[in-house]
Amino acid sequence: MLSEGGSFMKGMVMGGLFCLLLSLLGSFRPGTESKTEDHHHHHVKAPSKDELTRLSDSRVQELSNQVRVSCVIMVQPKVLVYWATALDTWSKHCDKAVFYTSESSKALEAIDLNEKDDWARLRKALTHAYENAGGLQWFFVAQATTFAIIENLKYLVLAKDPSEPFYLGNVMKSGELEYVTYDSGIVLSYEALKRLVHVFQDEDKCPERGRALWKMSEDKQLAVCLKYTGVFAENGEDAHGKGLFNSKGVNSLISESMKNNPNNVVEGCCSDMAVTFSGMSPNQMQVMMFGVYRLRPYGHDFHDSLVFNPPENSDND
Amino acid sequence: MRHTVSNLFFTTGMMLGFLSVRFLSDPNFSTEQVSYFMRAVKHEVKHGLQHVHTVKNESSADNSTHTTRILCWIMTGPNNLESRTKHIRETWAKRCNKVLYMSSVKTDFPTVELNVSEGRDNLYWKTIRAFQYVHQHHLDQADWFLKADDDTFVVMENLRYILSKYDPEKPLYLGRRFTPFIRQGYMSGGAGYVLSKEALRRFVTGFNTGECTHFSTIEDMALGKCMETMEVKPADSRDVKGRQTFHPYPPDHYLVRQPPRPRPWYLIYDHYTPVEGPGCCSDFVVSFHYIYAVELYVLEYLTYHLRPYGYHYRFNPDSDEEFNTTTMST
Repeated sequence: MLSEGGSFMKGMVMGGLFCLLLSLLGSFRPGTESKTEDHHHHHVKAPSKDELTRLSDSRVQELSNQVRVSCVIMVQPKVLVYWATALDTWSKHCDKAVFYTSESSKALEAIDLNEKDDWARLRKALTHAYENAGGLQWFFVAQATTFAIIENLKYLVLAKDPSEPFYLGNVMKSGELEYVTYDSGIVLSYEALKRLVHVFQDEDKCPERGRALWKMSEDKQLAVCLKYTGVFAENGEDAHGKGLFNSKGVNSLISESMKNNPNNVVEGCCSDMAVTFSGMSPNQMQVMMFGVYRLRPYGHDFHDSLVFNPPENSDND
Repeated sequence: MRHTVSNLFFTTGMMLGFLSVRFLSDPNFSTEQVSYFMRAVKHEVKHGLQHVHTVKNESSADNSTHTTRILCWIMTGPNNLESRTKHIRETWAKRCNKVLYMSSVKTDFPTVELNVSEGRDNLYWKTIRAFQYVHQHHLDQADWFLKADDDTFVVMENLRYILSKYDPEKPLYLGRRFTPFIRQGYMSGGAGYVLSKEALRRFVTGFNTGECTHFSTIEDMALGKCMETMEVKPADSRDVKGRQTFHPYPPDHYLVRQPPRPRPWYLIYDHYTPVEGPGCCSDFVVSFHYIYAVELYVLEYLTYHLRPYGYHYRFNPDSDEEFNTTTMST
């Protein structure tokens, strides 16, 4: 009896030690790191003023011509007023803006994907955008309920190479999965979109109708598919580390800052170079056009390294 | 036989040992820790990189052009100091050359005691006493005298810009011009109005001689009457494109596109024909009213912080475009 007990104890100790050994070996696995070397940072920062002044004038000019954004805007007739607002406001600052709808509307024009499933519709829109890229290298995917400042998006990706895979926005974590939240806008470089469209063909990795048991939201599905191609979500931040993509509106963020930073409300709130806000009403978005593109104190000049001209045929910016 | 049993026990023990150690070390644990740590390290490594702003106007605006010194006095009361006036002090009041908070009660805020009770019916008494106080104690410290409410947001740089074109020794005042009741009209109280030094002198003189009296509790209209009596002229505060700078209501009342329609109630009094939608308002806005704490900071953020990088603004008032007077209706 005693010898059996002894054997058992010996076995337990051996088993435990064996497990420890395996996990130690596991953390030293060399392969996985190098595959994703450059882009497994967790955040992507906008260039600092220093970085830009170091570039030559001609190089900066080159970059500002190259960084062109194609906006993929997902709309639905049931939120017609948001659709109309996006059309009248921020989308005018995209180099190209295409609206994709779930069903057509008599009031406004869009590409009718005739697809009720949100994930399937997003896939179709992204595929279409890729196939009709027309030389544009950056893609901004948003719903009409988001408000975006495209010039600041351009500033963020200015010095980034779109032939590298970039998948940027406001990054959240769900279990092990890091993904860019849909409501604050998703930025994809040409390379990332290319890999994505190719993995769409793989029904095992990236099924069209989603995983059988439960429905994952489209932004998480996107992250899963991209992960298979070696593309990981990265948080878009300014040179100070402040997030540029916001899942809330300006009023909400200011309210929060009043609670958290009562002595420094505005500085503690949001970035000067914010790219997106979400959850703002159509009227608030019209006011934002004024607040962002017009309202300013006389005499404050910024001497930015780049120049972006206002869009044609627009009276609210 | 015993040997096999021993082995069996051994193997079972091994499996159990393996599994328990596995359970104890949560496999998720390590990757979470690493990413968290990496992020923390990167955050510490970030330097204080320069703000893109080249001009900062945080302190009192002494670096402005030679003579556009503005004294701001804010109409407030003890009940509003925490909820409203405090936030004004944190935001735009810092940009006045001198700021005074006028109340019925002296406090360490600091507030000036006006010897007038609170209440809507006493607004004109408070205004009279406030201007008399300013005239008595601070006349030489400024060229222009702004009256604002504790729910007004003001962009001082833009006010200075407008006033730089006028002579403070002339009798004039500016604001959002309303038509009714007074022949030459009057300026909306809520949107804020600003008196030249000469206008202030005449206002105080008027009450000394009895030419001006407290004939009504409607502060802005009554002051407008005194201005008319003392021959202080209402000047035009609109920009070179005829767009308004002083606003008695929040931005959404003006900027949101509307189909062509008769004047809504809040535009009925306007002296100059109001425009609804984006053409309502100058880029170089001076004021909005009915702005409470959250919206105050929101406007501060939109005016002084959030901007589109590299954007070439459409409106440049100093460029050599012809001043087209026909665009401005009178």
